[in-house]
Amino acid sequence: MLAYTEKIREAARRLLAENRVDVVIGYRKGTIPFANEPFLAKSSEQVDRLYWDGFCGANLANYLPKRTDRVAIVAKGCDSRNIVVQVLENQISRDNLYILGAPCKGMLDRRAIRKALKGKEATSCEEEDGKIVVSGRGFSTSFERTDVLQENCTICIHRNPVIYDELLGDLVPEQQGVDRYEDVRKVEAMSPEERWRYFEELTASCIRCYACRNACPMCFCPTCFVDESTPQWVGKTINPTDTRTFHFLRAYHLGGRCTDCGACERACPVGIKVRQFTKKLEKDIIELYGYEVGLSLEQRPPLDTYKPGDPESFIK
Amino acid sequence: MLEVYFQKAKLNEVIEQLIRLLRVYAPVLKGAYHEFAQIKTASDADLGFQNTRLSPKGLFHPHLERMFEFSLAKGDPQASILREVPKDYSPSVILGIRPCDARAFQVDDVNFDTSVVKDPWWVERRKSMTLVGLACNEPCSTCFCTTVGTGPFDTNGLDAVLVDVGDGYVVRAVTERGEELVLKLGLKDLVPDEAAKKAEEQKVSAEQSLGRLFDTEAIAKRDSAELFNAGFWEEVQFACINCGTCTFLCPTCWCFDIQDEVSGEQGERVRLWDSCMFPLFTLHGSGHNPRSQKLQRVRQRFMHKLKYYQDKYHQGVACVGCGRCVTQCPVNIDIRSVAQLMSASCIC
Repeated sequence: MLAYTEKIREAARRLLAENRVDVVIGYRKGTIPFANEPFLAKSSEQVDRLYWDGFCGANLANYLPKRTDRVAIVAKGCDSRNIVVQVLENQISRDNLYILGAPCKGMLDRRAIRKALKGKEATSCEEEDGKIVVSGRGFSTSFERTDVLQENCTICIHRNPVIYDELLGDLVPEQQGVDRYEDVRKVEAMSPEERWRYFEELTASCIRCYACRNACPMCFCPTCFVDESTPQWVGKTINPTDTRTFHFLRAYHLGGRCTDCGACERACPVGIKVRQFTKKLEKDIIELYGYEVGLSLEQRPPLDTYKPGDPESFIK
Repeated sequence: MLEVYFQKAKLNEVIEQLIRLLRVYAPVLKGAYHEFAQIKTASDADLGFQNTRLSPKGLFHPHLERMFEFSLAKGDPQASILREVPKDYSPSVILGIRPCDARAFQVDDVNFDTSVVKDPWWVERRKSMTLVGLACNEPCSTCFCTTVGTGPFDTNGLDAVLVDVGDGYVVRAVTERGEELVLKLGLKDLVPDEAAKKAEEQKVSAEQSLGRLFDTEAIAKRDSAELFNAGFWEEVQFACINCGTCTFLCPTCWCFDIQDEVSGEQGERVRLWDSCMFPLFTLHGSGHNPRSQKLQRVRQRFMHKLKYYQDKYHQGVACVGCGRCVTQCPVNIDIRSVAQLMSASCIC
């Protein structure tokens, strides 16, 4: 996967030189371990700053809505599925996009690594042959890549981009026999009181910074419901009622749209398992409509179309 | 000023004694990260922490401040009259606060406690709290305190400081309030020569581990309009997702919003942290928004911290180099790199 850096630079240089695109959206190497920065290359001089490693978890589709120029974009499986939704929802034109597909073996979870380091601070991190070597003041330790993946990546079944104009590497085998909803079933099995408590505890540390919302490529409303002020729909406090209103409504806005890319959970500064809100909806959409989000540009999402056979058992 | 020493084995005893004297806030491990919280027993405190995820600013400037309460009940003669919500100013101590975070309160004093305007809650809380710091023997790689005018052993914002010298702590009183507290704790052992020497060596090595990353003076000298219109903001702002992580974690970001919350016939006026990263922060009643664009908001944050604050108050920058925004920004926007762009002698 690391070899993508050179491939990305080569493609970016070529596409800009041939005037196929106006800009290239990728990542540049982060200033600290476990982080890279989304980066917009506008000219061939900037191309060599493009970079790739296992910390490219920020979803680049987030930078697409409303762009009118011709964009080349690096897209993992999840990013490409979000692009599909954005095209279906008229946020971006497929014709203006040149997708550099990045078959992905999962992104690395900085929190999992930091937790394993037990308070020791990493100053560098190298990735080779499925291993992550982390070093800091007076220590060096290594992890199996598969032990420190973002949780959503461990249960990902669409690692390969679903749409692309060229690939940065060979397609990777998709994970088979994955149980995506073990955690959701546990929540479903709870009593209403337990479930209420579960979600209340999940959001208890929320600081209402909206990093989850803003990291999400599907949150592109010109004005979010929490930012409406005339009238104001949602209280701005960190009281449980206001906080859960924000989280629950945000999740419902993502029903049938969320691809479980994990950008929200990755962004949260206080480590809230934000995906717990959206995964149940994802499971429902599959069970009710047999629809997996973002796999096809041909099929309208079930929640923005009406079919006479749509399930209605939930209408009591 | 008074300087004493105690063995590490005595730490819990010292903290218990503190708890008997005052309300004690200390770093507590909650889930995956530390935060400052009131402790009831010594074992709740964890002085082995690097720093807390959120800064301790919430102890003076709470995320949610209940300012006033009011009734809207028909026939209530007191209806619609704002009554101040009773506040608790019990004498307290923040134990283990890092020098940078303590310095941040001084940075913020210019906003809450001036000769013209005094925020009563900030002022009273500042008066009620004694700050007993913990010097940083091993600053993180994301720390840049010395670049912005403070340091791992800076005692400017503190009443007393603890230096971990391995087997024990050197305790230095910095203010009279700090000295009074040390005396009340009954700590009397003189600092052994070896411990004093070690504390000094650690100070030197901690300070040396922190390079000078950018020149705040150079930013002060730059023309505001030139910086404002600089081309680099376009590149700086690209990755920003305009969340409030940097501002909410920052020890010096003080901006707030005021809202009335009503439930039935009762209401309260609350003050809440707000963020210049949010479009709503500057939305006018007319519908006009002077900072409707992301670039404008991103620029505002850095200009306020590193340029406007300097120009207005002439006491350095509104950043203490704690590195929280550096480590927690979801898209790795690094204030150190931005400050380097701002301080460069020419914009090329």
